[in-house]
Amino acid sequence: MDHQPPPFFKLGPSPLARFMFFAIISVVLMVLDVRQNAMNGLRQVLAVAISPLQRLANAPAELLDQTGNFFVTQARLQNENTMLKQRHLMQAVQLQRIQAMQAENAYLRKMLNIQPAQRETAVAAEIIYAGRDPFSQKIIVDKGLNQNVKPGQPAIDDIGVIGQVTRVYPFSSEITLLTDKDQAIPVEIVRNGARAIAFGHGQDGTLELPFMAANADVQNGDILVTSGIDGVYPAGLPVAAVSKIERNASFAKISCTPSAGVNRHKQLLILGGAGREIQALLPEPSAHPEKTEARPAGRKRRN
Amino acid sequence: MALTSARAPELLKPASIVFILLTLAGALLLNLLPWQGLALSFRPDFVALVLVFWAIHEPRKQGIGLPWVVGLLMDIGDGAILGQHAFAYVLAVYAAIVLHRRIQRFALWQQVSHVLVLLLLAQAAMLLIRLFGGAVSPGLGYFLACFTGAALWPPLSLLLLLPQRGRAGSDSVYSAGHK
Repeated sequence: MDHQPPPFFKLGPSPLARFMFFAIISVVLMVLDVRQNAMNGLRQVLAVAISPLQRLANAPAELLDQTGNFFVTQARLQNENTMLKQRHLMQAVQLQRIQAMQAENAYLRKMLNIQPAQRETAVAAEIIYAGRDPFSQKIIVDKGLNQNVKPGQPAIDDIGVIGQVTRVYPFSSEITLLTDKDQAIPVEIVRNGARAIAFGHGQDGTLELPFMAANADVQNGDILVTSGIDGVYPAGLPVAAVSKIERNASFAKISCTPSAGVNRHKQLLILGGAGREIQALLPEPSAHPEKTEARPAGRKRRN
Repeated sequence: MALTSARAPELLKPASIVFILLTLAGALLLNLLPWQGLALSFRPDFVALVLVFWAIHEPRKQGIGLPWVVGLLMDIGDGAILGQHAFAYVLAVYAAIVLHRRIQRFALWQQVSHVLVLLLLAQAAMLLIRLFGGAVSPGLGYFLACFTGAALWPPLSLLLLLPQRGRAGSDSVYSAGHK
């Protein structure tokens, strides 16, 4: 009774067969994407395919934004203008001092025969939208491969570090925020110079400092800045402030609130060039496999 | 009128593949709008909804390959793992194809419970995938979108069935047997 009559209509493979086929391809894709990061080519193609729709979807919000801008009151503009002028003046003074110091620094370095430190280039970018994936903390900005943005570059705003570029598409790129669970950043406590690594906490928008002894010299309100030892983030950028310390177990549980945030304004700066030259100074570039890949720096260290 | 369609199933014109593609593009567009915060957690997955709709009403035309491709596009749009939405959509569409004769028998408001289960299935698949990938669970609020999606089912069905209904009298082939 195994024999079945031929079907009346040619329908191709059964739905179950098709389902299995596509399910298996999906699983293979996911594994390759998560483990090997091998799907970047396909990602680029799909990203180009979907970019017109994305543009269109963001158009209404942009229009609303622009209309809102049009109706800003004169008084507010004047206030903002005066404030910006004052700030510009203050920064101009600082800038002049920095220029003098840079010249001095270059001269000293030449005398000591040290290779020149990194020259920073930066790309100003605008946030198109906040990531919709509820499992990760990401934002999408409007600069991509075409503006020479590369994976691994840090992103900052006027206050401090926001995150790191993790994926670059032709016309946009994806920035993983510091608060993402897979994101890590080497920091230094300003007060005493103690080094640590801050990990994103995932859901509640905080950072934590794991692996700090219960009696570690950390106080509420301590400011954390980047230490620069990873060669990705330039040293001295504000990252977070310690907000809560629990010293019950053998390791302290330290939560920090990030200083910068993406909720206040739409502009940010993607810093370039920081990583590469420091890497060039190292004897073996292969000692830092994470930097060449597009994944966040902390994934492997986390268990 | 439409709610009683279960008792007297009306004959519909087949949907054109162009129309199916257009509705899918529209759903993608709705999903890609810059949803944020609370609105994002209530955002129904329009794409899943439309895919399930065509799986129930045109199971042969849409097939399973199209939902897969649309899922990949959604993965890029959301910045998710490549294949996450694709897998979930393929799963939901397959379940819808298996159940389509049964679901079509019910009235629109009764179909809502079936669609809710299909949407929950897709969402649960995505949650499991991400948990395997090492993510933190975003809590039960993750499933909120399924309920708003299921609530949208009756209006969406009425809307998408409009072009297939045809005006009274114009459809000589089908109405001939009626008289």
